Amino acid sequence: MLTSTLIYGFINSVILLLMALGFNLTFGISGVANFAFGALYVTAGFLAWIALNTLGLPYWLAAGLAVLGTAVLAGLLYRFVVLRVRGLVVSEVIATFGVGLAILELFRFLGFIGFEYTLPELLDAELNLGGVIVDGQRLVILAVGAGLTLFLWVFTRLTRTGRAFRAIAQDEHTALTLGINTERVATVSVAFGAAYAAVAALVILPLGTIAVNEGYSVLVNALAVCIVGGLGSTLGVMVASFLIGYAQTITATYLETSWMMVVSLLAILVILLVRPSGLFGSQKQLEERI
Amino acid sequence: MSNPGKSKQGTRRRERLDRGIKVRSEDIYALNSWREAIYLLAPRAFPVLALLALALLAPLYWQRVLVSATVFALLAISWDLAASSGMVCLGQALFFGVGAYLAGIMNHYFHLPPALTLPLATLGGGLICTLLLLPVLRLRGIYFAMVTLILPLMVERIIEATKIFGGTEGLSGLTPFPHPLVESFITMAALWVALFGLRRIMASDYGLVLKGINDNDRAVMSAALNIYRYKAQALFLAAATGAFAGAFMTHAYMFVGMPVFALDYSILPIASAAVGGLGTLAGPALGAFILVPLSEMLRGLGGLRIVIYAVLLVVFTVGLPEGVFHYLRRKYTQFERWTEVGK
Repeated sequence: MLTSTLIYGFINSVILLLMALGFNLTFGISGVANFAFGALYVTAGFLAWIALNTLGLPYWLAAGLAVLGTAVLAGLLYRFVVLRVRGLVVSEVIATFGVGLAILELFRFLGFIGFEYTLPELLDAELNLGGVIVDGQRLVILAVGAGLTLFLWVFTRLTRTGRAFRAIAQDEHTALTLGINTERVATVSVAFGAAYAAVAALVILPLGTIAVNEGYSVLVNALAVCIVGGLGSTLGVMVASFLIGYAQTITATYLETSWMMVVSLLAILVILLVRPSGLFGSQKQLEERI
Repeated sequence: MSNPGKSKQGTRRRERLDRGIKVRSEDIYALNSWREAIYLLAPRAFPVLALLALALLAPLYWQRVLVSATVFALLAISWDLAASSGMVCLGQALFFGVGAYLAGIMNHYFHLPPALTLPLATLGGGLICTLLLLPVLRLRGIYFAMVTLILPLMVERIIEATKIFGGTEGLSGLTPFPHPLVESFITMAALWVALFGLRRIMASDYGLVLKGINDNDRAVMSAALNIYRYKAQALFLAAATGAFAGAFMTHAYMFVGMPVFALDYSILPIASAAVGGLGTLAGPALGAFILVPLSEMLRGLGGLRIVIYAVLLVVFTVGLPEGVFHYLRRKYTQFERWTEVGK
């Protein structure tokens, strides 16, 4: 019981981490609101499904197409819709959320509902960890989660583009004076975040079916993890995923499932009250309270 | 970004000037002629009379839609009041739900009539929400928004888990209003009291302090004003407005349950404010009167309804970022002309 809670809590946490990484990249690191994130996640799933089943492409080509397609879609969305209201925070949130809502409900209208919408598992293996059997797909999730986190950390510190992502959130005017085209960097950041969402979708969705409602819960989870971890901090996002992930798994095992949401929401509330900028948030330390 | 001033018209730009009648009617001259008096009164009297006429003449179905639009307009006013005082709130559902449950509890367990539950739930709901949010008043921006987003979701889950107040079933069979027209009149009265009353407050010196907190809270603090007092008072006004809307809906539906904490009641007021125009209280109310009937008109389209609704929302927000109200007000008070630049 205990080992199984520990192991599945760990996997649950990595799933949360994967969902939150892309959102953290766009909203946390670059300070660009993209509330169509959940819709992009689901879009990637359906794109891969269409490429695999309708067009009959091999898996790696389909997966690449899904990731690329989602990133391009997000970039276009940002360039032609959101850029016009950049700086008006409420309008940004409403516009991106509206686009996400339109995408998700369009899938529902077109009839993308049912058990046949699944993606194939990548690894057909099993691992016995101290009496607990973990299937291959969950192992893939662990590996991809670790890889993407490491890549994000390295990318935002060592590459020019990655540093520009952080720069436009820290001080847009200073970034402009240093020759960073903030609008282009914001667009690239949105596309990059969408690509992360697509990869997360490709490895997480095989555990269940591609459901429209998944889009809403992914958005809420990602938002919660990013806020608790502190906007812009990759380490914070990791710690927050494990906190919330374990809180959820432990309540589901030892309490009733109906308390699962209460416990994770309560954890978020308490952390926000004690440390309003999140566990490791550093960007707006002076801004969050007075 | 396109630049119409440069590409086609050479070096011209659009200039906006106040209309003469607007300037005249701001002064004592407003009492001198009917024209000026009507110019001032028309934008205030027209919505009141139009809504009254619609409530009396429209078919029963559309009367219900109007009532529901009025309730959302109240929520939107509540959101805008809090937002103009520096508190961007994502949890209007908390105010709405607390008011709704208070009215439901008073009616179900103590058998109080709506004439008592409505005012009691309004004041009590405002008080409870203010006390709940008092510890987080020191947070601002997105952090305050996150806490308010989480609270209604949590209250909903707690009711589900502890099964209090009817749990998932809710409380049903509550006292309804005697006549549909009574519903229309109650909501309309509440809307005009909230709209004109709060607009007057925001135009006073007191409102200036609230707006100051939104613009630069540290400047207000350095003027030796206790901003938490002001914020708590503004929060009470906003929460009471939202709680009234909830208490009213409880009696109108004769039911109160977990859906009153749903995300709809938090999102639609914000969408109304984005469509109508922030910071004027009238704008968000106007937005609610655009969005709610729009969503009803699209009901015939079935599953496509939410898609079209969302697309229209995006078009409104992106195409008219200032909001419908600001646009209309500009057209009403100013005229525009092209002027040469650089001479």
